[in-house]
Amino acid sequence: MAEAGTAAGWNGRLKEAALAACVAFALALPLVGIETTDAESGPGFVTRFNWVAIAVAAVFFGKLLLSFLPDEILPQQRAARSVAASESRTILLIGAAGAAAALALPLMPFSSRYLVDLATSVLIYIMLGWGLNIVVGLAGLLNLGYAAFYAVGAYSFALFAQGFDLSFWEALPIAGLLAALAGILLGLPVLRLRGDYLAIVTLGFGEIVRIVLINWGSVTGGPNGINGIPRPSFFGMPFVRSAPAGTTTFSDFFGLGFDPVQRVIFLYYVILLLALATNWFSLRLRRLPIGRAWEALREDEIACRALGINPTSVKLSAFAISAMLGGFAGAFFATRQGFISPESFGFQESATVLAIVVLGGLGSQLGVVLAAIVLVTLPEFGREFDQFRMLLFGAAMVGIMIWRPRGILANRAPSIRLKPKGAA
Amino acid sequence: MSAPASAGKQTLLEVAHLSMRFGGVVAVDDVSFTAYRRDITAIIGPNGAGKTTVFNCLTGFYRPSAGHLGFERDGHVLALERLQGHRIAREAGVARTFQNVRLFAGMTVLENLIVAQHRILTRASVYNLGGLFGLKRHRRAERDAVEKARDWLERLDLVDRADDAAGNLPYGQQRRLEIARAMCTDPTLLCVDEPAAGLNPHEKAGLAQLLKSIRDTYGIGILLIEHDMSVVMGISDHVVVLNYGKKIADGTAAEVRRDAGVIAAYLGEEA
Repeated sequence: MAEAGTAAGWNGRLKEAALAACVAFALALPLVGIETTDAESGPGFVTRFNWVAIAVAAVFFGKLLLSFLPDEILPQQRAARSVAASESRTILLIGAAGAAAALALPLMPFSSRYLVDLATSVLIYIMLGWGLNIVVGLAGLLNLGYAAFYAVGAYSFALFAQGFDLSFWEALPIAGLLAALAGILLGLPVLRLRGDYLAIVTLGFGEIVRIVLINWGSVTGGPNGINGIPRPSFFGMPFVRSAPAGTTTFSDFFGLGFDPVQRVIFLYYVILLLALATNWFSLRLRRLPIGRAWEALREDEIACRALGINPTSVKLSAFAISAMLGGFAGAFFATRQGFISPESFGFQESATVLAIVVLGGLGSQLGVVLAAIVLVTLPEFGREFDQFRMLLFGAAMVGIMIWRPRGILANRAPSIRLKPKGAA
Repeated sequence: MSAPASAGKQTLLEVAHLSMRFGGVVAVDDVSFTAYRRDITAIIGPNGAGKTTVFNCLTGFYRPSAGHLGFERDGHVLALERLQGHRIAREAGVARTFQNVRLFAGMTVLENLIVAQHRILTRASVYNLGGLFGLKRHRRAERDAVEKARDWLERLDLVDRADDAAGNLPYGQQRRLEIARAMCTDPTLLCVDEPAAGLNPHEKAGLAQLLKSIRDTYGIGILLIEHDMSVVMGISDHVVVLNYGKKIADGTAAEVRRDAGVIAAYLGEEA
């Protein structure tokens, strides 16, 4: 792209643009060009070649235009620029503002049940993302089976809450603990593995958990899942229209009329609390010896050993803590839905959470929030686009990876800074 | 060849009949030598002589095929060949640097030095639990750790770059930082593997100065693998020469330089 203006430059650019247009044509013909219809006479299809033409033309001229952009403003170079120290304070401010906005969200005039529900989903994924971030972003151990811990948390919560009649807050730690145990169980056999090999084993682990859930019918209910999981209550006050004997409902106690939205909002605040606690916990851990050891392990395991750090315990702690946070999120998911089945914990789930962590920028707390918002709400916004929804979703992911190859927020903030002498 | 002047010196490491075989290849063959406290012991030899293999046995990266590695610490002798990798650094206090620098490149210079103090900080934070809730003892320990790191940064003239990623430092400074990181573990024996490789003459002189000052200030033993003879001859108290896995000479720098076997190994036999 350096030989601007020369004939050879023009030729190259046209060739490149034509090539891109060919690819666009091949993709657009089946995806955009044919629409299936469901008429009374049976399924059929209509062709829309004019749409294909628009897509191909857009790609051709878009690519041509891109080739005229000067090198300096191309995305790769921009992403490589490092951020000054003062920007970590900006990130802190953004985080605080975000938390305040999240707290106020259900009270806003434009708020609706749909919006709060959506925000709850986003927060579940944020929590999962933060949990996975510990093992992938900090410790550098690629995990493709994170949904397994999410499932262990959800199922152990459902079983304990139903079987032993425990409340949400009593069963929550048990769910976290069992998920952490599952994390150690996964961690032990993979201590010697790294990178691709580790990814494959964790992928297998995720599938094993899912298949056990499907086949262990006597405990997990098999493919039918578990029904009627207890809903959380507000200090023992349930969110129902008429109180069971011996209790007061939330709406009666506060003299409000019964409204199902109250439970939705309550659930939202529960997950917000869990997510904020998770954030505090992981930010804190990062500044502790264990957090620094995780990052050191990611950078160089051999050097860690030479410094007397035990890689086994460092890895296992990363797996256990990451799994525990996933387990908490799973427990919340179970109580929110009231129903769980193995279908909710497939590979798709693991892949989405991993995508959130990678798109957000490995190791970045705020990046996870942004990526979770994008990945969870984008398919919602896309509803008007009907069957192009997933196409749009994919394009957005590709776009982020082109413009920010190391994630939305790729800058690593140091866990400690050298203060001028005497200032400490 | 006379024995090295060991009178009045404290033995730190006693390597006895160390052998390391990889299948049919004998990388180290029945090597014995002694390293003393407050001494710089250099291990030299042509490429492939088995120098780094000796280091890897000492620091637990390899388990020796035969031989004994006796390490004296606080009056009793530890058998290094029986300790697990990370416990050698922890319990014996053997720290090392690597031939190809192994810093935590994505972490800052300061963080590299703090990670090296992992054990002290973990204890002070009551295995991280206390640190989670801001225990005072942990905060104080962290402040001490930063002060120790600052001392090293001042010595290496790196204070201005404390918050930069270690991987962004010039090569010579990365080598020095790796030595500082090893020193932050409070070792009793520091093993440095070719620290002068890739440095310019000025940096080499600075490195020799640094190693000498570490020996004199901290009174620890230093084991040095080096090809650059100007560094080795200038600062070593004691030189061990290996060739094809066997020890061929052992003595002071001056003695080794005159040794016919050493000259033959480096320059080839006279016809």
